[in-house]
This record gives sequence, C-alpha cells and structure tokens, in this order.
Amino acid sequence: MDQASRTPPPTESAKPKPSERRFNLPDFLARFAPLIFLVLLAIIFGLLQPRFWLPLNLWNVMRQVSITGLLAIGMTFVILTAGIDLSVGSLLAFAGLVCADLYKGGEFILQHTGINLGFLEGSVLAAALSAVLIGVLGGLLQGSAVTRMRVPPFVVTLGGLSAFRGAALFFSNGGPISGFDEAFNFWGQGRVINNEVPVPVIIFLGAALVAHIVLRYTRYGRHVYAVGGNEEAARLSGLNTGRIKLSVYVIVGFMAGLGGFVLASRLNSAEAVAGVSYELTVIAAVVIGGTSLFGGEGGVLGTVVGAVLVGVLTNGLVLMNVSSYIQQIIIGVIIVVAVWFDQFIKSRRTA
Amino acid sequence: MIDLDAHPQRIRVGEEPILMMEHIDKSFPGVQALSAVEMNLYRGEVHGLLGENGAGKSTLMKILSGAYRQDSGTITLNGEPVEIQNPLEAQRLGIVTIYQEFTLVPSLTVAENVFMGREPGGRGLLDWSAIQRQTETLMWRLDIDLKPMTLVRNLSVAEQQMVEIARALSIQSQIIIMDEPTSALSEHETQRLLQIIRELTAQGISIIFITHHLEEALEICDRVTVLRDGRNVGTEPINRLSTERLIRMMVGRSASELFQRRSQHRFGDVALSVGNLNHTPDTRDPNAITLQNISFAVRRGEILGLAGLIGAGRTEIARAIFGADEVDSMDLEINGEPVTIRSPRDAIRLGLGLVPEDRKQQALFLALAVRANLSIASLSRLLRFGEFVNRPAENELIEEYRRKLSIRMATPEQRVSNLSGGNQQKVVIARWLALQPQVLIVDEPTRGIDVAAKAEVHQLLDELANQGIAVIMISSELPEILSISDRILTLRQGRITGEFLRAQASEELLMQHMALDEAVSAQVRM
Repeated sequence: MDQASRTPPPTESAKPKPSERRFNLPDFLARFAPLIFLVLLAIIFGLLQPRFWLPLNLWNVMRQVSITGLLAIGMTFVILTAGIDLSVGSLLAFAGLVCADLYKGGEFILQHTGINLGFLEGSVLAAALSAVLIGVLGGLLQGSAVTRMRVPPFVVTLGGLSAFRGAALFFSNGGPISGFDEAFNFWGQGRVINNEVPVPVIIFLGAALVAHIVLRYTRYGRHVYAVGGNEEAARLSGLNTGRIKLSVYVIVGFMAGLGGFVLASRLNSAEAVAGVSYELTVIAAVVIGGTSLFGGEGGVLGTVVGAVLVGVLTNGLVLMNVSSYIQQIIIGVIIVVAVWFDQFIKSRRTA
Repeated sequence: MIDLDAHPQRIRVGEEPILMMEHIDKSFPGVQALSAVEMNLYRGEVHGLLGENGAGKSTLMKILSGAYRQDSGTITLNGEPVEIQNPLEAQRLGIVTIYQEFTLVPSLTVAENVFMGREPGGRGLLDWSAIQRQTETLMWRLDIDLKPMTLVRNLSVAEQQMVEIARALSIQSQIIIMDEPTSALSEHETQRLLQIIRELTAQGISIIFITHHLEEALEICDRVTVLRDGRNVGTEPINRLSTERLIRMMVGRSASELFQRRSQHRFGDVALSVGNLNHTPDTRDPNAITLQNISFAVRRGEILGLAGLIGAGRTEIARAIFGADEVDSMDLEINGEPVTIRSPRDAIRLGLGLVPEDRKQQALFLALAVRANLSIASLSRLLRFGEFVNRPAENELIEEYRRKLSIRMATPEQRVSNLSGGNQQKVVIARWLALQPQVLIVDEPTRGIDVAAKAEVHQLLDELANQGIAVIMISSELPEILSISDRILTLRQGRITGEFLRAQASEELLMQHMALDEAVSAQVRM
C-alpha cells in the first residue's frame, strides 16, 4: 500500500499456476464425463449381454441414433445461445411430408397452393432440398418471433410444436405418404463401406463434423458462444446479437428438415405423426453431452456422445428384455444422474 | 462526548445512546475496508453518515444490518452487547435497512408487501381484512395516502419508498438505515420524505441517513459522522458544520499510492463532440437518471475526466454515446463530421471503444478462455479461408497485448474467470485496443483491482493519450480523476456543473460541484 512503484511486481494470483499446465484429474473428468459414462455403460451392457458388442448391433444403434442426433446437432447451437427449440419433431414431420409428396408428384402441394410441381417427380435432390427449405423457413419464422417480437424461445417453439404438427396433419389430411423407389430409400436404408455402414450414420457424423468445425474454428462459432455466455457483453462488443440468435433457429430448422427427409426414406413412408416427442430425446442428448442450458458452454462432440449414450441405453435395455415401460423410467433417471454428475465434476473443478 | 446543547429537542441530557458501534474493523481480501470505526446513535436522532464512494459507509451499515460480520469490535444495543449474525437477526433487534434498490415484489399489493413473511392470521390462511386494516393504520401513522390494495408496480419510486418505510414501521423497528433515500426523488418528494423522517423521530425511532447531498444532511440530521478510507474523520453536531467543513472532512486522501503522471499530452483536433444530450426516463424505474443538455468535446491526445457522485449520470452518458442505450436527443460529431450512433456496432465502426463499469456483467465472457475474450471484437480482422479464425494471427495479437499490458496468465486457453481482477480488466482494455480506437471511454477502469494493477492501468491510459487517442475516463475516485485527467467535467443529477483544467482542480473544488446545488456552490468559495 505504501510504495508508489511504477513497475509493480507481479501479484500472487497472476502467476501461472503449475496445476493449470499439468494433467489434473478433475479437469480431465470434467471434459470427458459424458464419454466416460458412455464407455462404462457399453462395458456393463457388453458383460451382461455379449450380443451388444456385435458390429451389426452397434451399427444399428448408430442408425437409430442418427435422426435424433441430427436434430441434437442443431439443438446444440440453440442451447448454446441459452435458447430452446421444442418444435423439432413437428417440423421434422411437416418437412418429411412435403418432400415425400414432392417426390411422388406434388399432389398435395398442388391441392393446397395451386402450384404444379409435377415435373420434379422422382428427383431426390429436389425432395431433399424441399425438406430442408421447409425446415429453414420454419426456423426463420420462430427465430424472428424470438428476436423481433421478443417472445421467450420456450413459448415460441411450444407454439411451433403444435402449429407444425397441425400443418403436417392438414397438409396430408392426416394420412401417410409412402412407397418410394430405391433411389429415395437409399438415403435412409442404404449401407456403404463393405455394405456395413448405414447411410444415415454417415450423414449424422458428417453433419456433426461440419458443425464442430463451425463452432470451434470460425468467427460465427465464436459469436454463438459469446452471445450465449453474456449477451450484454456481446452486444457491447459490437456483435449483432439478434442476427446470431435468429441464425441458430434456422440451423436447427435445417437439421429438422434434413432429418424429415432421412426418416421418410428410412421408413419408406412420411407420416404426420412422425417424430412425436423427439424434442425430449434431443434435448436430453444435448444436456447429457454437457452443453449448459444457460448457454455459452458445451459443444457438438459432447452432443454426439450424448445422443449415442441415449441410443446405447435403449438398445442395451432392449437386448436385456427390459420392458419398455421400465426402460422409460431408467432413461429418465439416467438423464438426471448424467447431468448431475457433469455439474458435480464441473463444480469441483471451479472450486 | 457531544455537545448536548445543540439538540435540545431530540437528544436528552444524560441519556445513553441506544446503539454504540465501537472499534469496528473489517477487511476483505486485499482491502482494509474499516479500521477502528466508531459510531453511536441516540433515540430519536437522525444521524448522517457521509463520505466519498468507497469510504466504508456501506460496509459499516452492512455490518449493522447483519449482511457482514465485523472482524473485531463491539456493537451495543440498548446497553446490551449484541452479535448480529444475519439480516433476520438484525430485523428481530429492530434494525431495518431501506436500500437504494427496493426489495418490494412489484406484482403484489402494498399491503402484501408490507406484511411479507409476517402475514397475520395463522393456520396457513391469510386474514385479508386484518392485513388491510393494519396497513391502513400504518399509512395513517405516516400520513401517507396509499391504498393497501394498490399493486406496487403501479407506484412511483417515492411511493415505493413509503411502502418500505411502512414495512419498517410494521416490524417495530427502533433503527431505520436509509441508504441514499433521496437519489431518485424529485425536490417535492424529498421534502415529503424529510417530513416523514421528522415524524418517525418524534415517535422515538432513530434514523441513520446515508447521503451524498450535503444540504440535505445539514437540513435533517442532528449529528453527522464522516468516514474516509474506512476510518473515522469525526462526528460533529450539526450546528458546528457547514458545507465547506463537510467537504473538507470528506476529501483529502493520501496520494502517495497513485500513479503520478509525468508526461505532457499534446492535444490534436476535436475527436468527439457531444451536444444536446437529453433524456427523460420512465419515472417508475428507481435507477432512472434524467440527462439534461449535456454538451462537451474531447480532443485527440486528451484525457477527459467525468466526475460525479452515484446517480450523477456519468455511466448513462457513456452508454448513450456508445449506442448502448436509447436517449431522447443527442448530436454527435466525430472528427468534425456529424454522425448517428444507434448501436454499439455503429460506435465501433466509427472508432469508439467502451470499457464498461461492471466487468463481469457487461464485458467478460466468464466461461470462455482469455483468447475468445480478447479477440471477440476484432475477429473480422483475424480471418483466413473466408470465415475461419486465423489462429496464428490471433496468437500474435494476444501475445502483443500480453506483453504491452503485462497481462499475467498461464496460457491464452486459461479461463478468464481464473484471472485476477486487474488482469481481467487488462483483457477487456486489450479487446478495445486491438481495434485501434480513436476514442476510448473507460468507466471506473480501476474498480475492484489491486493497487499495483491500478497504477499499471493509469500508466496505460497515459500512454494511450500520448499515442493520440482521445480518452474519456469516468471515476468515482477523485484522486484518480485528478492525477490522470487533463480536463475534468463535474456532473450532478444529470447536468454538467463545472469544467476544470487539471491545474485548477482540487478535490474540494470538484466535490463542491458534485455535491452541492449550483445556487449554494456559487456562494461557497473556498
């Protein structure tokens, strides 16, 4: 206090702490908690039921995970900005129906809009693009409501959950659109690489890789974390926070559209009741993967692990002949335990 | 101990104080907040507690209201030593604090707020008629015209304060602490509050009155205690005090620990000029500050200090210029060109930077690394392959500012929340310097950072001015303002009250313009 030093000595707290450079266990656990949890689970299931480890079973798990996984990638962006999207399952169903209809000649599109898109019949590219377009438009609509009208995301997408489901039912008069050809069904049912790896898994992991790169290595990714971490600080740093928040709803909409296309292809049918309650599985995957519901913390790699974890859990319980009622109870408990574990580890680290 | 003749009405000869705080010490990591502070209070007395921002007034009152525990020293209440462990305990002892930010629930009625947590009528059911009746009685005692069933959200700030006072009365308080109660009130409302305070003292209640407004203190208080740097300067009966005397007691900190500027800044053209800045906010906002016809300019290479007490409007001016808040009117010129700034984005594009008042709430991304925190505003200059962040260039930038500002960190990957306050502040300053701004506004740049880091920040601001940047510095610490600024503007209640060159200014002169009405300050010439 009494010295008027012009070049003060470094203060105690400012010195680099050796512990921050060396390996430390809490830090390691905090980063890889979901992965450790997944590995433990896989080992337990493998011991109890050796069939679990068969490649065919593992690829099936991954295929089951791929649709909700796609949605979870988009959801990760939304939750990173401290938002939420409950409408993903409904938007997926609507987008799936539109693309199925377009692929089969656009009968319902003609009926509702008077526009004849029959010339696009049989074009997989047009079908896929139409699904994605519906998803993006849905995301734009909801994102605008969140940013322009300042309605909380929970409420906007709760509305979307109902409205897009209604739109799907209205579009196809409640009925399914089914029966596609080989070219269409390849994207949901096909297998590549030694006829082993399901195509949806490739799409899911490809999307995850792109999303990871965007979040970690681009300016946009930094902006997403910044807006979620401290919106006021982001605004005062010159970020266009409204546009960034709008964009994440567009991204999750894109993923819902893509998921709608892949699901229609895998089931050889698009249905208005597809994807019911997917939002719960998807949010569970993101949260289990360590992304904070308060925004600013987490990432896509964790989400992939979270999505696979939910898939492994379901698959393992099925193999062990656990009743589907009990399965739901167990999954519910595991969600809470996994997030508790993650928070517990993180609090130990910052303490 | 005191001159009892001075208070024939309220303090009776031979009476013991109801409250004695003796030899109170309190320290926080790195700061001795209070050293051997003494204060006592008589029944029915209004006791003023004065001092600059950071003098220790709030800490002392938080100890009395149970929010903090003193490290040593004793508190005696009605002749009995007491240990005030928590706020509930304080309330039980009849000590109630009315804070600047009210603790009312806006969606509930006046009556519900008054009896919050102590609702009459047991067995879990509310006795509505009892609540109403008792609230009406309280209002009658205070001579306030407020309906018990009005929702608090529909009340003005002054009315909300009355509800707080009614609540304090309803729990049979003997001591009411009022923290800056008049800062958000109009002249008329202030007079009304002072009237109510007189009525309370007539009923035997003692008031501790924290204020920045010296005339008010002289008008209402029986005695005044002045703190400076966590120590007693003195306690005096009001008839021995004057505004000049109070100002002299409040200011005068030892300047030895401060950075002493040696360089002479060379001023260039006017970089930023602000004119006709006016704003009248919503009256229901307790923190709202009216800005009136603010006009000033700052030149390249100049450090302009904005001095004022809490509520003077300094931060509001900075945020208005930077486009962070909307205001009713404002004319801005940058380098002589008229410009419009509607958002921080606009401001940044025009070469402005703002280091905000509250580091953690407004500047830092606490969950993110130093890297992301430092480069967030300048990413557009650090791109390659389209939208990808150019890591090598970013590393270079971070290394450059780590060296220039001596930011002490383990690696750029370290979480910013693990840095010391001083290093966090340097990261925020570096964020703006990386954009090479023409005008940098720094709001309380050394708040909550240690003495060594403070000197470094001061030196840095000096260097920035030498490089031709126009700096606007807001600070609550007068020695800081005086040692760094080339020119100083004083503000009071949203108006500029004075302009001084560094050579002319003194703490007394500034305080006089910050704390007194113009009419009074015109008379006071020290």
